[in-house]
Amino acid sequence: MSTTMQPPTAPKNTNRLGYVIADYKGGDSTLCAGCGHDAITSQIIKAFYEYGVDPYRVAKLSGIGCSSKTPAYFLSRSHGFNAVHGRMPALATGVMLANQTLISIGVSGDGDTASIGMGQFVHLLRRNVPMIYIIENNGVYGLTKGQFSATADLGSKAKSGVSNDLPAIDLCAMAIELGCNFVARSFAGDPKQMIALLKASLGHRGTALFDVISPCVTFNNHDGSTKSYKYAKDHEELLHDISYVPFFEQITVDYAEGETKDVELHDGSHIRLRKADKGYDPTNKSEALNSLRKSQELNEFLTGLIYINEEKPDFLTLLNMIDAPLATLPQERTQPSEDALREIMSDLM
Amino acid sequence: MSSQSPQALVAEEDQRSNGGPIINDFSIQVATVNGSGSQSSNTVLMRSIFQMGIPVSGKNLFPSNIAGLPTWFTIRANKDGWIARRKEIDFLVAMNSETAREDVMNLDPNRVVVYEETLKLNQYRKDLTFFPVPFAKLAIEITPDSRLRKLLANMIYVGVVGELLEIDPAEMELALTKQFKGKAKAVALNKTALDLGSKFARENFDKTTVPYKTQRMNATKGKIIIDGNSAAALGCMFAGVTVATWYPITPSSSLCEKLTDYMKDHRIDKDGKATFAIVQAEDELAAVGMAIGAGWAGARAMTSTAGPGISLMQEFVGLAYYAEIPVVIFDITRVGPSTGLPTRTQQSDILSLVFCSHGDTKHVVLLPASVEECFTMGYEAFDLAERFQTPIFVMSDLDLGMNNWMSDPFEYPTKKLDRGKVLTADDLKRLGSFQRYGDVDGDGIPYRTLPGTNHPAAAYFTRGSGHNENAVYSERPNDYKRNMDRLNKKYQTACDEVPQPEIISPKSAKIGFLAFGTTHWAIIESLDQLQREYKIPVSYFRLRALPFTKHLVEFFERHDRVYVVEQNRDGQMEMLVKAELPSELTGKIRSIRHYSGIPIDARFVTDELVAAEKGEK
Repeated sequence: MSTTMQPPTAPKNTNRLGYVIADYKGGDSTLCAGCGHDAITSQIIKAFYEYGVDPYRVAKLSGIGCSSKTPAYFLSRSHGFNAVHGRMPALATGVMLANQTLISIGVSGDGDTASIGMGQFVHLLRRNVPMIYIIENNGVYGLTKGQFSATADLGSKAKSGVSNDLPAIDLCAMAIELGCNFVARSFAGDPKQMIALLKASLGHRGTALFDVISPCVTFNNHDGSTKSYKYAKDHEELLHDISYVPFFEQITVDYAEGETKDVELHDGSHIRLRKADKGYDPTNKSEALNSLRKSQELNEFLTGLIYINEEKPDFLTLLNMIDAPLATLPQERTQPSEDALREIMSDLM
Repeated sequence: MSSQSPQALVAEEDQRSNGGPIINDFSIQVATVNGSGSQSSNTVLMRSIFQMGIPVSGKNLFPSNIAGLPTWFTIRANKDGWIARRKEIDFLVAMNSETAREDVMNLDPNRVVVYEETLKLNQYRKDLTFFPVPFAKLAIEITPDSRLRKLLANMIYVGVVGELLEIDPAEMELALTKQFKGKAKAVALNKTALDLGSKFARENFDKTTVPYKTQRMNATKGKIIIDGNSAAALGCMFAGVTVATWYPITPSSSLCEKLTDYMKDHRIDKDGKATFAIVQAEDELAAVGMAIGAGWAGARAMTSTAGPGISLMQEFVGLAYYAEIPVVIFDITRVGPSTGLPTRTQQSDILSLVFCSHGDTKHVVLLPASVEECFTMGYEAFDLAERFQTPIFVMSDLDLGMNNWMSDPFEYPTKKLDRGKVLTADDLKRLGSFQRYGDVDGDGIPYRTLPGTNHPAAAYFTRGSGHNENAVYSERPNDYKRNMDRLNKKYQTACDEVPQPEIISPKSAKIGFLAFGTTHWAIIESLDQLQREYKIPVSYFRLRALPFTKHLVEFFERHDRVYVVEQNRDGQMEMLVKAELPSELTGKIRSIRHYSGIPIDARFVTDELVAAEKGEK
């Protein structure tokens, strides 16, 4: 099957909009060499380039932490907003209310999402605000030098040797329970899977949640840590082999019937899941939750598209807003007439 | 609170009665329990007096509770147009057995009491005029439904009071029809109760024993009655607000609720789609965060809250100040700290608004005193927010926000909306580039672009961390300081653009008042009392916004002493005034503070000033 993104007419080394990959890059990273977050940054750049996203239509949003710095390292032609700790969901909601023609991508961390930002995070999912929400999950607070976060696994060891004695919050299971209808888990060390999932999320309408294990090379990459590169590689269980067919390309059949499952996305693209040994159905909510629970029991690190449902309406649709951005509506469309005021006043007399 | 001086009381009585009945100058207090539906009855009573052309004001003193606790509604009619709270009650309607005795004991001599017969209130005082009414019994005549009977008993007292005060029955009927607009059955039922009350009073009481009377006048023609929160909601709608995000909290909830109603009526496009988004957030942090996100993306965005919400919003507000993002925040203040008295009024959030957040922050705060200013400042706040790219606070209070006030109708705003310094893709084509935090015009206000602007130079990175003119991360001492100095300059620029103070300054006045917000209504009445009763001319500086303007120093220079009058314990505005004045003028500051949770009244101000002035000699 074909995975090249360029329409036949596009010039060489450009995407379907005529942009080169450099148009999707950002400033130099100031994170530690080898940080999982930098790998994810490259995957975002590649996915947005290959899909052909107009960088002027993107809003990059984040909270506080190492992960939240990364929007400065990709898509420098897009507006970015690095806000306050744990509050990116509210910010993103406001941005999308103001201009629903934007494509919002939020980058957060496990501290930013699962601790200080948990309140806003669950309500973002509940509302189904259209955006891509990436959690760069490393189980520690990097910027404050290695404290455990709420996604650190029970028994995982800190660099100092201290063992974590609280259970981890499974953000994917929680997201499914809260009604999120695009839930993926991936690994910073698996670019192929991550890029396919990211492209799929661009065609999804609603919150697309990514819980990406992204090892912290400085504070959480040692033996005894369950969020190290080595541990993730050793324990990764692929749900399926994922490929992505964009809406502007024809689907070709390479596999025998029954070997693959196609899911059509809101924008007409398809995500093709080639079954690993078990026939996993990501549109089945209980199966998704069961698989997550089982993988926990087996100390497996399950990756892939865990749950998808393209039926649920997103928050902006529920609000019945006009299609044009509210932000730039002209005065004559936002200010009622003098007659309207007169009528209101005479009612109060 | 000091009680009214006997001398002043006598003076006031003489002036009110002139020997005959006291016409159009009295206050009625209705004591009920909340959840009993008395609000509609009280509105009908207040409106009928208003429709007779008599200036009137209504204040609801209610508990933080849904049903079953004492509530008092006070209506003041005053031919001279004084609409501040009047401390003394002339006419008590006692419907609440729990408070009835205390309510009666608190009255001055010779006042009037209408009460539920079974409460036997006449046993407590010999110096009052009592009118016992069998409300419960009368209600049985109208309906067998016991729940409905409770509501109708309230309309019966309106009939009784109307008859005793000689309120025009036609106006009462009109007010009742307006109150239950479109509900024919409710109109009929309530009309029966109203008539029953009038009839009972007519047949059983000698109304000439009531010294208070209404008489038609012409002082309310063309006026409206509205509460401050509804007025502010209208201001927002006519400012073209597009995004409102909020979290319920007394006394601000009705602002966004009313806004929702108005927007549904007036801001739905021809194809049935909304030109706005109103979202009830999960908490105040999210409410202000959404508004800031929307403001950043170019919407006219707002939120509304009260003191506890302001505390929660602080971190985000600091970000909006430092990253320079427009947002309008209404604070309908109530009594703090903590939960405090959530259904009582105070002006105690001044410092937490001006310095909202950590680090060096200071904000523009608009201070509406009237429902009309809730409208105009509600409107202006959005222009200021977008012009200055910063949070703009509008500080109202429970008294203004939730009570009904008489006002001239609001005028349609004629000024074009000021969307501030926003560069479009065409501007950028012409300019080639721009500096997000540069000071091109020398006013401290930078230019911005909105996300979605289709130009390679449009994008910038917004952050709450240190940044230089190009919005690039910087920890350089000079970058930080230069940016903070520019923010200061921007704040100074705002001095000339915020609502300017209103100053009344009689030539002979040696002393002055400085006040703001709802304190205004007590001040203007006190000025009259001081002139009439004590022959003391006093100037008045009504502050309408912060930052202060040059007028403040001038006012202090012209006077020997200036009394800062405010509704909080610590003299918060006094502290700001003191910080603003040159040291040689600070000795002129005096302070009058009212902080019981009840709206300040003129007599309190007058008594405090007179006592303080005696001490000065």
